[in-house]
Amino acid sequence: MSALAHVPTSAGKPAPPPVRRGRSRLLPYLLLLPGAVWLLVFFAVPLVQLASASLYDPAGSLSTGYAMTWAFGNYPDALQAYWPQFSRSFLYSAIALVLALLMGYPLAYAIAQKAGRWKNLLLVAVVAPMFTSFLVRTLAWKTILSDNGALVGLLRDVHLLGPDGRLLATPIAVVLGLTYNFLPFLVLPLYASLERLDPRLLEAASDLYASPLRAFAKVTLPLSMPGLIAGTLLFFIPATGDYINAELLGTPNEYMIGNVIDSAFLVRLDYPQGAALSFLLMAAILAIVFVYLRRAGTEEVL
Amino acid sequence: MSRLKRWLADRWVMGVALLVLGYLTLPIMVVAGLSFNRPSSRLSYDFNEFTLDNWKQPCATSDMCDAVVRSMQIGLIATVVSTLLGTLMAFALVRHSFRGRSGLNGLIFLPMATPELVMGTSLLALFVAAGVPQGFWTIVIAHVMFCVSFVVVTVKARLSGMDRRLEEAAMDLYASEWQTFRRITLPLVLPGIVAAALLAFSLSFDDFIITNFNAGTTVTFPMYVWGASQRGIPPQVNVIGTAMFVIALLLVGATSLRGRRARRAALAVVATPAGKP
Repeated sequence: MSALAHVPTSAGKPAPPPVRRGRSRLLPYLLLLPGAVWLLVFFAVPLVQLASASLYDPAGSLSTGYAMTWAFGNYPDALQAYWPQFSRSFLYSAIALVLALLMGYPLAYAIAQKAGRWKNLLLVAVVAPMFTSFLVRTLAWKTILSDNGALVGLLRDVHLLGPDGRLLATPIAVVLGLTYNFLPFLVLPLYASLERLDPRLLEAASDLYASPLRAFAKVTLPLSMPGLIAGTLLFFIPATGDYINAELLGTPNEYMIGNVIDSAFLVRLDYPQGAALSFLLMAAILAIVFVYLRRAGTEEVL
Repeated sequence: MSRLKRWLADRWVMGVALLVLGYLTLPIMVVAGLSFNRPSSRLSYDFNEFTLDNWKQPCATSDMCDAVVRSMQIGLIATVVSTLLGTLMAFALVRHSFRGRSGLNGLIFLPMATPELVMGTSLLALFVAAGVPQGFWTIVIAHVMFCVSFVVVTVKARLSGMDRRLEEAAMDLYASEWQTFRRITLPLVLPGIVAAALLAFSLSFDDFIITNFNAGTTVTFPMYVWGASQRGIPPQVNVIGTAMFVIALLLVGATSLRGRRARRAALAVVATPAGKP
């Protein structure tokens, strides 16, 4: 075996490593053990614990202890009580996703295909927002959207906003904040896909009398699908679970499911309800991701 | 005509792109501007008056600096542990065959696809059920957990792009396994490990949601900002935000410069005829 390993393989695949028997057979497990145990104990086991907490008797409390009563009723109860916040989370992140696609696609395309030697600089500009604190950046939007700020003044002057119209503490502010905070996660994978796009394909399309729009629909978009799929997921998952934007830029009227879960665990100390909502959020996101991946994977997307 | 159209199309896309970049960079400029602001009241977010005081006394509110220091301590410990665990796993995944690979891949991938909210609350449920008091070390445990996957992915990318023949050449030249690892493999993988460590530190330093559920009464910098946003934000928060940004930018600049210089040096070596110094 170890002699064979040194024979170069003709298939272009790298030759397998020269294996020494005995110790080598154990080595991968030793390398994996600490990390795998950490992930098992602190990622997988907690999920099980969360699932069982969601079925605790809702009559219990943190001080008296919870009894496991398989209270599946916690789920419909929690959903009924907080349906507005639950649906709002998906609504806001869906609107933010559409906005992010409208902004992020041209940006990724321009950097990948049009930027030339400025490519790296523009890429750094895309990730630059992430260099500083998420919360501090989000608070900056409070200044930008402030009632006394230049933006609101301008919008009032051109009558897009009424004389008392506001941006801060409205759904617009929360959606704008979500779009802003997760846009880089959409742009980067999209850029990676578009960067590999051969511009000659577009030239060929236009030589064959395709309009720019048709060339985009038939060439650019299908070839960027892997990045588009990865990017939308990387945007949508954290945006749906986010509650920082709703808290800092909105009011309780804009609260998302995260705000409810946060208060269930940390303020109201209603663990069964918080756990049930957490699990519902994960299940809903997983279901959407699954359906989305199947559709995007099997159908030709125009 | 069509050439003119295409010229316009090019500029149109670039124009939109620059507007979007403006949207992405505007808040940082506001943070930098506000770091020189003397606010009219504690709860005001508007620009009022220019001052250098915030930069001269960044620790005027000592709670904030304590929180920054605590975030750095947590970040450093979480970075060292997660980089170590993740790098070992990446080596096993790329270099070895073993049973249970797909299950393990799932275990590594899932934390990156799970909403932070779910990971934070589930860890909280575990710590409460196990009677573990929450504080500094539960935050460290949580941060290592969500950083490990990112380390694995980053180091794996570097490892699998590596030319195995360099190591084979070293072994053929009678280097021992350890020597090969020490002199060939490690230097080649190191940029990936460094990138993974930087990523882990920035993830840990900036994490709010998971930390919030597992901090007990311990206050990290993001948690300080969260609490202060209800009581009134001291302007020094923007000093920290600006400083973080500048440091990260310098780091990126330094690494890209080093990369360029290394490439040029490599070219020079190749261009020099053998035998001549």
